[in-house]
Amino acid sequence: MAETIDTADTATTSISALEHRHLLGLATYSAEEIQLILQTAREFREVLERPIKRVPTLRGVTVVNLFFEPSTRTRISFELAEKRLSADTVNFSASGSSVSKGETLKDTAQNIEAMKIDMAVIRHKSPGAPHWLTRCVDAVVINAGDGAHEHPTQALLDLLTMSEHFSSFKGLNVSILGDITHSRVARSNIFALTTLGANVTLCGPKTLIPYDIEHLGVRVTHRLDEALEGCDVAMALRIQLERQGSSLFPSLREYHDHFGITLDHMVRHPDLLIMHPGPVNRGVELASEVVDHERAIILNQVTNGVAIRMAVLYLLAEPPGEEESRPG
Amino acid sequence: MEPQDVIKAQLMDARDLDRTLDRMARRIVELIDPGSEEARAFALIGMQTRGVFLARRLQAKIQEVEGFEVPVGVLDATMYRDDFRRRLKQPVVRETRIPFDVTERHLVLIDDVLYTGRTVRAAMDALMDLGRPASIRFLAIVDRGLRELPIRADIIGRDVPTMPGEEVRVRLHEIDDREGVWLVENPRAK
Repeated sequence: MAETIDTADTATTSISALEHRHLLGLATYSAEEIQLILQTAREFREVLERPIKRVPTLRGVTVVNLFFEPSTRTRISFELAEKRLSADTVNFSASGSSVSKGETLKDTAQNIEAMKIDMAVIRHKSPGAPHWLTRCVDAVVINAGDGAHEHPTQALLDLLTMSEHFSSFKGLNVSILGDITHSRVARSNIFALTTLGANVTLCGPKTLIPYDIEHLGVRVTHRLDEALEGCDVAMALRIQLERQGSSLFPSLREYHDHFGITLDHMVRHPDLLIMHPGPVNRGVELASEVVDHERAIILNQVTNGVAIRMAVLYLLAEPPGEEESRPG
Repeated sequence: MEPQDVIKAQLMDARDLDRTLDRMARRIVELIDPGSEEARAFALIGMQTRGVFLARRLQAKIQEVEGFEVPVGVLDATMYRDDFRRRLKQPVVRETRIPFDVTERHLVLIDDVLYTGRTVRAAMDALMDLGRPASIRFLAIVDRGLRELPIRADIIGRDVPTMPGEEVRVRLHEIDDREGVWLVENPRAK
């Protein structure tokens, strides 16, 4: 029996190209742009299931990965995405490079520019470093996390993962739990989810939620039960253990008692899906059994990360010598 | 039609197109020989976008006449195109869905118009990455000439030699507001 195939519903996006030249954050991306990235990523996900997981799409495009801050999964995910698209890649990490010899970001950038690089993926501890980089190089810049500002590709892969379970973002109830203040993941997710019409609830100790963040169109609660009531997706953020000394909460144990999701919550909310940007502290944000629960879709997020980054690289790559005046 | 198109001639109406597809379906059946052992190893591959609908129509016609169902796959060769560095905007990547193993299969690749041959080249590369087909044949409704690569079609509906600046538009009722084939002048084409 041959299968019949229905493709009539594939062309769902209303635009065919991004308005932006860079991906610095999702705050200024429109719903149509976000949907275009998600739709493109779905097609690239299919490539990842083939026997030969590589397409020649970005042959001849050179991408530099500038990681000024340690990162494992984001860096590997970007590198894989670049290789799957046949781009030439150069890696640069702060340790063991000229940065440890005192070179400034500007000098590093100008050296890279002199090497004729087409695209730069940057992770930096200072918010705004990617924006600043766009002013000193001609390359297309992709933000892979800048301080506590934004981490757009993480939010996009979160959205792609959610879209596998829900047909629309309109009216979807998403709760983001934990250290909102220091989280670039939370910020990018808030921007993208509210743009797409989802209802976002933030939950965590008062010390970890910025004052007045309701201005971004989100609901804030300090009670986990309230955050999980009627919630479709709970996204737990990593408690940064290195902030333990800064008295933002009394102890990890107490944090888990008040804000950690346990098996009991999973039983009480039988449709709740659990997400986490990783790496997880088992027994802090999520009880260990919750991490391994069938409704924890954390590893799907990782798989989708490569497809999302392929889509972003594909949509932003531009032919050489084309200096269009698109807004950053 | 595209917004800038100036229609020069209608090459086929709905009835002509249907007859052409009938004839092509018979040609495919001759290749397949549905009674044979080998027949199970055949499949049609429709190229996005209109090739997909053409493949489904051919599948239905073969089914009607022979009672034999040929599987259909959908291919988008955008990721394999060679003109990436010459375009201003990226084309939208559309779905590729081939619900069978292409290795050891006899494939008939289906598109609406054969022109430079570059799309077919990209499609063949894409299929090779999916496996090792036993053979690939190519079917197009119109061959408009002006080839840039050493590629030819195995089954062709009509030969229409064209000039640069002209375009051939195949329009299908499944996705268009009309049905038939037109020769147009497009001022944006080189």
